[in-house]
Amino acid sequence: MTSLIHRSQFPLLAAAPELVYLDSAATSQKPRAVLDAVRDFYENDYANPHRGAYELSVRATTRYHAARERVASFLGVRDADCVIFTRGTTEALNLVAGAWGRANVNAGDEVVVTGAEHHANFVPWQQLALERGARFRICEIESDGTVDLDRLRALLSPRTKVVAFAHVSNVLGTIAPVREMAELAHRVGALAVCDGAQGAPHLRVRFDEMGVDVYAASGHKMLGPMGIGVLAARRELLERMPPFLMGGDMIEFVEDDHSTWNVLPHKFEAGTPNAAGAVGLAAAVDVLEGVGMDAVRAHEHALVASAYDRLSAIDGVHIHGPGADARGGVLSFTVGDVHPHDLATILDTRHVCIRAGHHCAQPLMRRLGVSATARASFYVYNDASDVDALAGGIVAAKELFGSVAV
Amino acid sequence: MSPSNDPMGPPDGADPRRADVAALYQELILDHYRRPRNRGPLEHADIALRKKNPLCGDVVELQLRFEGDTVREVSFIGEGCAISQASASMLTQQVKGKPVAEAVRMLERFTRLVHGDAEAAADPSLGDLRALAGVSRLPVRHPCALLGWTALAEALASRA
Repeated sequence: MTSLIHRSQFPLLAAAPELVYLDSAATSQKPRAVLDAVRDFYENDYANPHRGAYELSVRATTRYHAARERVASFLGVRDADCVIFTRGTTEALNLVAGAWGRANVNAGDEVVVTGAEHHANFVPWQQLALERGARFRICEIESDGTVDLDRLRALLSPRTKVVAFAHVSNVLGTIAPVREMAELAHRVGALAVCDGAQGAPHLRVRFDEMGVDVYAASGHKMLGPMGIGVLAARRELLERMPPFLMGGDMIEFVEDDHSTWNVLPHKFEAGTPNAAGAVGLAAAVDVLEGVGMDAVRAHEHALVASAYDRLSAIDGVHIHGPGADARGGVLSFTVGDVHPHDLATILDTRHVCIRAGHHCAQPLMRRLGVSATARASFYVYNDASDVDALAGGIVAAKELFGSVAV
Repeated sequence: MSPSNDPMGPPDGADPRRADVAALYQELILDHYRRPRNRGPLEHADIALRKKNPLCGDVVELQLRFEGDTVREVSFIGEGCAISQASASMLTQQVKGKPVAEAVRMLERFTRLVHGDAEAAADPSLGDLRALAGVSRLPVRHPCALLGWTALAEALASRA
């Protein structure tokens, strides 16, 4: 199995042929096209968007707007003004919990998340509930890491104001039944918020057809630059929602005693935007659509299925979560009594980069009954040799630890 | 498959850290990891200090009983990687029964060992702890090796 996009297109990977990068769920490597787009923006069209009456600023504004249109079309959002640029998924989710949550969640209401959420889609809702006197409820996951729709349905009531869940689990790789979960939320009049940090980079997202009210994603996990992400939401929701950050660009008129707000998307983009990041993200989207998201999904599935089989065959390896068909390109596992951090150190000396720890999902770790796992995650530049290196490294770690107590 | 004939990776020694890691995960450290010494709660402890590495979740709680200026008893409770747990186990072994001033000196010596001081790495008074010298070239793992010792530092400071 060859890579989907050759590593020669990624300067860092091209310069380090020995590197086996298996931490794309944390952040992805950058293709030359993205780095070039950011540089081109700074070298040729750089000024502050929306500010100047001069031609250079107009060019910067044009590129920033074009980037928004491009990202909106990638995410299946027809109304591009409903795509708000943020720093990333974390900021997008905090925006919704902070702005919408404070205006709409009150004492006696309920806020629902699942037991498999990343801290970014857990803590903002937990804190919102504490602040508003609402009840924070956790939909427990099944033993294979999936969300059971009947269990979720039983948890929801007219008191439920929001249901927040990950499109794809960053630990288990589980792909959520997004449409069905959104429908259950809507049936009780709740908002459906989807954390797409591990979804948008790997699966075809059609926001307008998915049924969720909010979808958040990070550029850096999908070949784009760090510090740029998106919040996609329904127009009527964004229009009713108060602003999150206040400052330049997001206002219409500022009087001495009150202010009025700019139209979408500017109402939610206070201050100078990360236009270079947006331009880079648009270039990343071009790279992904160049191969097609269905091909990205198929490639990762093939890699994760192969890794699943190879690792399962190693005595002492325990893989957390569902089978390969129900997961994205993420594999969390433990190896006997070799602690994940020790495993990561040993793999690192073989140039294999994996993540070890709680993966910003301590509530899920408690539910799995482990303090840490090792996690390998795959992307477009990975190939069969990376799976070989992972399996070989695990075997070597076992040898180093001698007889592994299972 | 042994590291030396693994066809997938570069040969042994291709990365100097591989030798460090092989030296680190030696029998002595794995023995302390799998059969920790002085592990469990201490009766009549004067002080209990729990340290956690929020990045990785490793936990070491140190419990100490003093007698005058001497660390009479010390035990630990913990969970985490081989380095953090073996280091804590060795700590209890080395510090038990020592005068507070000697424990402070050991803390200082071991900290220097972790940061790559060759003289400290050869200090016989550090006993089994010398086996952890390989961690010096793995800076990401320094907090693991020092986790129990940060608890000890606080406990000793409280006696000063």
